[in-house]
Amino acid sequence: MEKQRYERPVIKKLETNMPNKFGLRTEYLPKTHIDGVAVNELLKEHGSPLFAISESTIRKIYREAKKAFTTRYPKVQFAWSYKTNYLDAVCRTFHQEGSWAEVVSGFEYDKAINNGVDGNKIIFNGPDKTEEDLEKAIKNGSLIHIDHLDELYSIIEMAGKMKKKPKVAIRVNMDTGVYPMWDRFGFNYENGQAWDALNKIMRSEKLELIGLHCHIGTFMLSAAAYSAAAYKLADLALGVKKKYNHDIKYIDMGGGFASKNTLKGSYLPGSDINPTFDDFAEAITSALINSNFEPDNLPLLILETGRALIDEAGFLLGSVISNKRSSLGKRTTIIDIGVNILFTSFWYDHKITPAQEFTHYAEDTTLYGPLCMNIDVVRESISLPLMNKGDHFVIHHVGAYNMTQWMQFITLRPKVVMIDDNGNVHVIREKETLDQITQMEKVPEHLKEFDLS
Amino acid sequence: MKIRKNVAISESGYIFNPTTGESFSVNPIGIEIFYMIKEGKSYEEISKTILANFRTDEDTFEKDYHDFVGLLNHYLLIEKENEKEN
Repeated sequence: MEKQRYERPVIKKLETNMPNKFGLRTEYLPKTHIDGVAVNELLKEHGSPLFAISESTIRKIYREAKKAFTTRYPKVQFAWSYKTNYLDAVCRTFHQEGSWAEVVSGFEYDKAINNGVDGNKIIFNGPDKTEEDLEKAIKNGSLIHIDHLDELYSIIEMAGKMKKKPKVAIRVNMDTGVYPMWDRFGFNYENGQAWDALNKIMRSEKLELIGLHCHIGTFMLSAAAYSAAAYKLADLALGVKKKYNHDIKYIDMGGGFASKNTLKGSYLPGSDINPTFDDFAEAITSALINSNFEPDNLPLLILETGRALIDEAGFLLGSVISNKRSSLGKRTTIIDIGVNILFTSFWYDHKITPAQEFTHYAEDTTLYGPLCMNIDVVRESISLPLMNKGDHFVIHHVGAYNMTQWMQFITLRPKVVMIDDNGNVHVIREKETLDQITQMEKVPEHLKEFDLS
Repeated sequence: MKIRKNVAISESGYIFNPTTGESFSVNPIGIEIFYMIKEGKSYEEISKTILANFRTDEDTFEKDYHDFVGLLNHYLLIEKENEKEN
């Protein structure tokens, strides 16, 4: 007789009071395959843990987002937010779909150029652009979004020296009725800073003012805030037209759209309650269309959303290291994925699904990462099906920020693979090696030898 | 080690402890082990039965068994040696 699959014995106290902090069981089916490729096979071939990106999901979500905007507004352009995920394969997928590049550092700028993006299709944001960066951007005709007056003065000075008219926009911050209000980047709308910067640009006659930009927050759970922001940018653009008879060519609404992840402390899952692309598109495009722009002379609408486009396409595959109990008898499970590679676990209650069959029995569990550090907690409380040592699982919605904000800390960063539209698996970033880490170090001569005998 | 005499278990794994008024649910392998403990079987006998029927190894089962028994103790389902029978 064939032996049965082993599941460890569990006993669970039945309680009839209020729901506890572990919530209800959420996993009903294992995640055995990603785009037709077996999770267990991926881990066998590429090691555990492993990031896997679904190319078809990137394309599907991008097209959904694009459709939400283009069906409501005639001129729409997406620009891929490099900081969200700047693996070349990911960037190029978005560029193939028609996205420009949106970068916030010289490093990201060079990455976009290396990826083959034309300079005039690179939006250069951020507070830290060196003279060298600006020179490159001016020469290439990139769209420079000015963050502060010091930068504005530098660009005016460089324009004079280079005898070239840089294409610029200003970043505007404003009260959109949400807390916290992001006022550290750009020029404020309400107190007149934005107008002050616009006047300086227009009067200098050395810069070409082509756009207005805002980025009102991150993981925004209210689409209405974008409506307020779009009205304010439209007001500025119409003001520039009236005062200087100058057309603003584009309004860049930035990003910050919430993905389908669930924020810590949220009672309901993000997939059920977060606004959709249609919600964001309706708020933004209605505000622009209902403002006083001439119907035949609407500005181009640029969107720099990153998180909402890539989160769903990223999966993190891992293995169980051990099951333990805390001093109070609480179940704890150690996995081989820590906060060093899953940075977003500080903000989200990530959905986690076993990669093999399981029964309907579940245990309230705390998930610890493998780092010998107390902060390494992936989920404080989760009701998980029973998993044994060596069992595999999949963490969902990890495409945004984890592959850029990850840290080489205690362990080496894992491989990243991309599954293409035909189910072929491509390694798009190799696993780090000890040599790669140590080759950047130098040991002073007097520290080279020691004797521990 | 003995399960308290008045503790009741159903075929589906529902356990009721009238001493504390608490009820519990156990998974199928837990039911098997619970019955074997109730029948007075030793760890060696229980381990042999489980290893014969399930795809696991001795070390894993030993660890899980003691974890399970620890919880039975925690939930006062096991009679202490020096305790009078109910």
